[in-house]
Amino acid sequence: MTVITDALCPFCGCLCDDLTIVVENNKITDIKNACKLGSAKIMGHHRIEAPMMRADKKSEFKEVSYDEAINEAASILFKSKRPLMYGWASAVCEVHKKGILLAEEVGAIIDNTATVCHAPSTLAVHEKGLPTATLGQVKNRSDVVVFWGSNPVHAHPRHMGRYSVFAKGFFQEKGRKGRKVIVVDVRKTETASMADEFVQVQQGSDYLVISALRAILSGHADVVPESVGGVTKEQLSKLVDTLKAAKFGAVFFGMGLTQSISRYKNIDNAISLITELNAYTKYVITPMRGHYNVTGFGQVCSWETGFATAVDFARGAPYYNPGETAANDVLMRKETDAAMIIAGDAGAHFPADSVRHLARIPVVQIDPYWNPTTEVSNVVIPVAICGVEVEGTAYRMDGVSMRMRKMIEPTLPTDVEILEKITQRVRELRGE
Amino acid sequence: MTLNAILITGRTINQGATIENKTSLDYQEATALCELNSKDIGILGIKPGSQISVKTDHGDVVVKLKENNGNPDGMAFIPMGPWANAVVDPDTKGCGMPGFKGIKARLEPTDKKILSMKDLIARYK
Ligand code: SF4
Repeated sequence: MTVITDALCPFCGCLCDDLTIVVENNKITDIKNACKLGSAKIMGHHRIEAPMMRADKKSEFKEVSYDEAINEAASILFKSKRPLMYGWASAVCEVHKKGILLAEEVGAIIDNTATVCHAPSTLAVHEKGLPTATLGQVKNRSDVVVFWGSNPVHAHPRHMGRYSVFAKGFFQEKGRKGRKVIVVDVRKTETASMADEFVQVQQGSDYLVISALRAILSGHADVVPESVGGVTKEQLSKLVDTLKAAKFGAVFFGMGLTQSISRYKNIDNAISLITELNAYTKYVITPMRGHYNVTGFGQVCSWETGFATAVDFARGAPYYNPGETAANDVLMRKETDAAMIIAGDAGAHFPADSVRHLARIPVVQIDPYWNPTTEVSNVVIPVAICGVEVEGTAYRMDGVSMRMRKMIEPTLPTDVEILEKITQRVRELRGE
Repeated sequence: MTLNAILITGRTINQGATIENKTSLDYQEATALCELNSKDIGILGIKPGSQISVKTDHGDVVVKLKENNGNPDGMAFIPMGPWANAVVDPDTKGCGMPGFKGIKARLEPTDKKILSMKDLIARYK
């Protein structure tokens, strides 16, 4: 029996680094400290056991060798004029690096799951920057915490305990009692039920509500109507007073802002509010990143290409323009003529029209699990699970990088091995 | 009865706990559902657990009705996943992000079956 302490959780952007894992005969038998999400992933589910292929997507898969699957995957990418390589968030940074190299060599568009998550936040950061801090600072200093359009009770279950609401810190010894917690949402979530103040906005009105807060903060309450986006002027004014009274305020935001109408402009406006609050006191803002290493892909892609995601290599040099080069843009325009989906599930998480197009083109899937992407794939290559069977670097939601531990030995090849072989094979096909 | 609602999609703990197990019935139970408050459920005249048809300008899907009194009147919530994505707005509005929240939907009781994940995706082939 081996006991691994301070292991990292490969599930959500909290990247909890205090797990204890008990291993017997290369099987994980017990986990301590992980939440329901982390435990479910680490304890494991049914896996794809061998590579599979089929020409017709309506027919059954046939098991093939790794070499056959890798050759076919390489040939699909080699022949494609407009390949899309999508996913990446459930893999460590070492995988991203190999993926970006392959994307460059085949002239692909490479995009990650942020495209249906926090990519609009990146667009807002281009416009306004990001006054932010590590989660350690939030834990040690914050006395006002705001969750805007995010529901950590469901999506980041240990966030409040480890970093924000309940966490006791160096300058914040009282934990929950020392903090005011505000939740802004369109519905009364479980997170909202735990807040000191719940601000219920009408769906799609966040931009208006943020603008009203900015107007009141800058001394122009006179231009604010009695009710904005379903929130009374009285509650908005009270909220501004609470925000201003903080010694250290931390705002965490989620899909409620990135996916509603106005998309990145909501975040752009929220960042402006935070900047303006910094004229009175200290404020920081942080996106609640979903997958454990979705932040890592943005980091690797930025230092390799200059752009965080949705990078188009068709011209030979990286080009980036979400709205034109993001995964759903090119699928909706039916521009993509082949796709590789790796460590992400476009089949489950893209709108029907995008999945319909994936069903029409050759698709290579690299993933440990059978999921909706498998259903529209031609070539399926099962791999080891990063963060459980493979070590590597991941970035927490606040941009802090950490080393994922290997908990057990893999029985299948790693993503890095598969990507290296596909790249090698693509070079052979090109006659190099 | 028909109910006109604004649909949003998003994460839930059970959706997350089954996300790496999408061929399972547990995943279907966790994600092929639509949450409404009890007043809206009253308008539909059916009980939680019944099947409900969700139609938007972008598609239709049958899911299970669930009560959630945190929702304001006229708001429907479907956990993110293939059932939700059968009806969301694919328009990326010039910034890459489809419309996963704030979609006009028409909800009606139905006797139609909830499609399994495989059958749902088979509709696209
Ligand atoms: S909060 Fe996130 S990182 Fe922490 S244990 Fe749960 S799923 Fe894992």
